[in-house]
Amino acid sequence: MSNFVQSLRLWFAPERIRDEGDTPDYRFSLANERTFLAWLRTALALIGGGFAVDQFLPDLRWGWRIGLALALLAAGVLSSLRAVNHWVRCERAMRRGEDLPVSRFPTVLSLAVAVVALAMVVVVLFGWEG
Amino acid sequence: MTDRGDVRVPERDPGLQPERTRLAWRRTTLSCTVAAVLAARAALQEGTGAVAVVACALCLLLWLGFLGVAHRRMTDLAATNRPSRLPARAAATAALCTMALAVCATAMVF
Repeated sequence: MSNFVQSLRLWFAPERIRDEGDTPDYRFSLANERTFLAWLRTALALIGGGFAVDQFLPDLRWGWRIGLALALLAAGVLSSLRAVNHWVRCERAMRRGEDLPVSRFPTVLSLAVAVVALAMVVVVLFGWEG
Repeated sequence: MTDRGDVRVPERDPGLQPERTRLAWRRTTLSCTVAAVLAARAALQEGTGAVAVVACALCLLLWLGFLGVAHRRMTDLAATNRPSRLPARAAATAALCTMALAVCATAMVF
């Protein structure tokens, strides 16, 4: 957890990254940036999905609609948080010449998306009558 | 971009990394636009009361913020062959815009 607080501090004091280690090859930094953007797109897609569930499924029972929308929106928020955090940690690891950080987040997100998808199937099969 | 003329042959990066990064920013901007349009639609569906208009304006502002960050970064990437790394502030701003959009969405769902 202190690791997280440390990276959180780095978000807002970017010059501190520069103090550590050596500047990596610019191509690695750009690759890291693209990974960050890919995570951000994932977050935006999840948020868009949340909006879509709320708006395009008006016949859905209220609880299901709100629940699915909130699950997607929460996943979007977590993804964008993760995007910045992972980017900072990768950047620091590259400067220090350490291994890149690994995390369970992709697994957790996949499972969450799978659960939402299953819920959608259940809703489509049984939950339409509002 | 590429240098023209024979005097200075540009050191071309065979992986076209700056190009690809610029396109990644473009894709992300497009995703953000879609999300913002859905947000505006959700805001105005409730009616055109003061709250709806303010929510719509907020979403527009967040979209513009994201667009600004993306534009500045794309300009930087196009300016040199060896772009510097993404400033952490830009990364944090882009992510914050995304999160704020989600918070707006949560407020609108109820």
